[in-house]
Amino acid sequence: MLETIWFILWVLLWAIYFILDGFDFGMGTLMPFLARGDAEKRVIYNASGPFWDGNEVWLITAGGVTFAAFPLAYATMFSALYAPLLILLFALIFRAVAFEFRNKVNCGLWRCVWDVCLFLGNFLPALLLGVAFANLFRGIPIDAEGVYHGNLFTLLNLYGLAGGVLFVIMFAYHGALWLELKAEGALQERACRTAKLLWPLLLSLVLAFLALSAFYTNLYTSVAAHPILYAALVVAVMGLIASRLALANGAMWTAWFMSALFILGLTFFGAGSMFPSLIISSIDPAFSVTLANGSSSPLTLKIMLAVALTIVPVVILYQAWVYYTFSHKITAKELESEHAY
Amino acid sequence: MDLVMLSRLQFAVAVFFHFIFVPLTLGLTVLLAIMETIYVRTGDETYKRMAKFWGKLFLINFALGVVTGITLEFQFGTNWSKYSAYVGDIFGSLLAIEATAAFFLESTFVAVWAFGWNKVGKKVHCFAIWAVAFASNLSAVWIIIANGFMQNPVGYAIRNGRAELENFLTVIANPYAWGQFFHTIFSSWMLAGFFVLAVCAWHLLRKNADPVFARSVKIAAPFTLVLALLVAVAGHHQGQIVAKYQPAKLAAMESHWETQKSAPMYLLVWPNQEEGKNSVEAIGIPGVLSFMAHGNFSQEVTGLNDFSKEDIPPVLLTFLSFRFMVALGAVFIILSGWAWLKRRNLAENPLLAKLLIWTIPLPYLAIMAGWMVAEVGRQPWIVYGLMRTSDAVSPVPASSVALSLAAFAVIYTALGILDIYLLAKYARKGPHAPEIQPESAGE
Repeated sequence: MLETIWFILWVLLWAIYFILDGFDFGMGTLMPFLARGDAEKRVIYNASGPFWDGNEVWLITAGGVTFAAFPLAYATMFSALYAPLLILLFALIFRAVAFEFRNKVNCGLWRCVWDVCLFLGNFLPALLLGVAFANLFRGIPIDAEGVYHGNLFTLLNLYGLAGGVLFVIMFAYHGALWLELKAEGALQERACRTAKLLWPLLLSLVLAFLALSAFYTNLYTSVAAHPILYAALVVAVMGLIASRLALANGAMWTAWFMSALFILGLTFFGAGSMFPSLIISSIDPAFSVTLANGSSSPLTLKIMLAVALTIVPVVILYQAWVYYTFSHKITAKELESEHAY
Repeated sequence: MDLVMLSRLQFAVAVFFHFIFVPLTLGLTVLLAIMETIYVRTGDETYKRMAKFWGKLFLINFALGVVTGITLEFQFGTNWSKYSAYVGDIFGSLLAIEATAAFFLESTFVAVWAFGWNKVGKKVHCFAIWAVAFASNLSAVWIIIANGFMQNPVGYAIRNGRAELENFLTVIANPYAWGQFFHTIFSSWMLAGFFVLAVCAWHLLRKNADPVFARSVKIAAPFTLVLALLVAVAGHHQGQIVAKYQPAKLAAMESHWETQKSAPMYLLVWPNQEEGKNSVEAIGIPGVLSFMAHGNFSQEVTGLNDFSKEDIPPVLLTFLSFRFMVALGAVFIILSGWAWLKRRNLAENPLLAKLLIWTIPLPYLAIMAGWMVAEVGRQPWIVYGLMRTSDAVSPVPASSVALSLAAFAVIYTALGILDIYLLAKYARKGPHAPEIQPESAGE
């Protein structure tokens, strides 16, 4: 029971991370295509401005909770995904530094270098998270000792890449909606048009991924065993459709929240289908890390649950307050401030 | 080089680089909070400009601290998977609590502080920096409790082939952890104090009449002196804890080979680990080692030769790091005392001002030497007495680790250079000139 609660919380943490840092990923990925000139680029930097750091902590927490609740899964997953994880972390380093350093020196080359870093620092994590999660759904070659028999390219199979592209486009759509909310004028219009362009692509990628899942994974047997997962799928599909309808009506906040709902539903559907496994071994299902063999002791799970249930709601409250406080548009006056990125 | 050594080197690179940025964050946030509180209480714009000036330097430093911390959290999984699986039940939960209780608070309110000067009220803004100061120091509590478990494992039981949590309160009340905590926190705050003094000294030497600098010195000078003294007190206390819980580390710190009563402290020592003795050993002061370790001039101090060879840490590195740290600690007390005496007229004391400027790297080096003692001195154990470092490493190809180690070295060096460049640029630039028109009352 405790293990199951932690599994749900674990998926929830990843979902919140995808929803929050997802719009940063999306805006950074779109920046080279959408922003013209220094001022527009800075709008994108500042649209992430007060948020990206707090968003990233959801990744740290998701990692920390994996370690605390499922130590064997943490150990196996991150040593198996050694190369992609380190690339992801380096990319995040460059992203953070781009935010903080770009506007500190008034030189074209300096800014251009950091713009490339911001793009890669958002595009690569989006791609790699997609590749990693698709491979986790599918199973990775780990033996009885948890030793990974493969390399980075083992993960770059058709299904993994499909997951990567899906994540990139999903976050790009999500980020375009956020940019529409934060930007003004031409950039806002471009963001809105981009969101409309990306939506059919996103829908087809979702359908393609679900179709590929039938060939590559046990997703549907798992869903048959746990019909509640259909609810997650329904939430995802309804979110995606509702987001497009809201977009058509110009209800942009609704469109963004519905896109968030879509990400939430999709994460629960995908990760939930692994239940009760945490890491599926593609060599032999007997080598999989499961809730039964990979969880922490009941005492640790109980203490962590008490901690999570006391602190996380407070975190959500003050983060929501910060989002509310900084929910305004990034105006030209805003960019003149010495505190802006 | 073998996998274990590569993995250790990579962790050392990652953790030392991370800890270049952390101490300044821990201490400067406290100083910023003091400065902004004075501003809110008195309404004196100088303190607002002061907080903004040091805040700019703080933010440049902060960003790198955050991101280099993330790689550390995941490195337990990537490079120390056997360790993670074996003690994750305890160690992992401490990291998770650190993230939930401290990192969210820190990262969210640092944004309120950085972006909120004109968006939230004065008091809320001041609260934000106190929240950041509290949260960053709270994160130190949890990560040092986690490290304390590696130094002196308590509150666990071996079940199901791993260390499982037995008593959470025992884990968080670990005396070793709290000894380390105070020593670390005091030295970090002291480092920030010296940082502020040094930047002020640079400007005062150049006859910069901006009151921000003279008044910053008045805040930082007593702060630094008190902390330099506290570092020494906490360090001595920590030494006695090491003597009690990790006698092999203490003996390595002192290069003390034979168990004896009334153990002397030698001023000149050069260890020879091969032969299990010192090749140089001169000017001994009788009983002082016994006194420092146990608070009693005659008590017995265990020597390294009482441990089997495979349980002895690298003596030379531990010993030199320890001596280096202690010597610097004495320098800090003298220098901060002198700065405190001259706090009202630092500009008229160019020698002191120059010394303070050149001192900037020393607290960083002292802190690194201290961690070197803590971590190298614990070897060959990753968890003292419970798990050997060589049994803890991930089953990944050594070539992967060599590659990632090279990537860490290159990327971190580049980032370090850029960060120092920006810090120096903004430190030299100084604060914004005071605004001519008083700000509107509504702000």
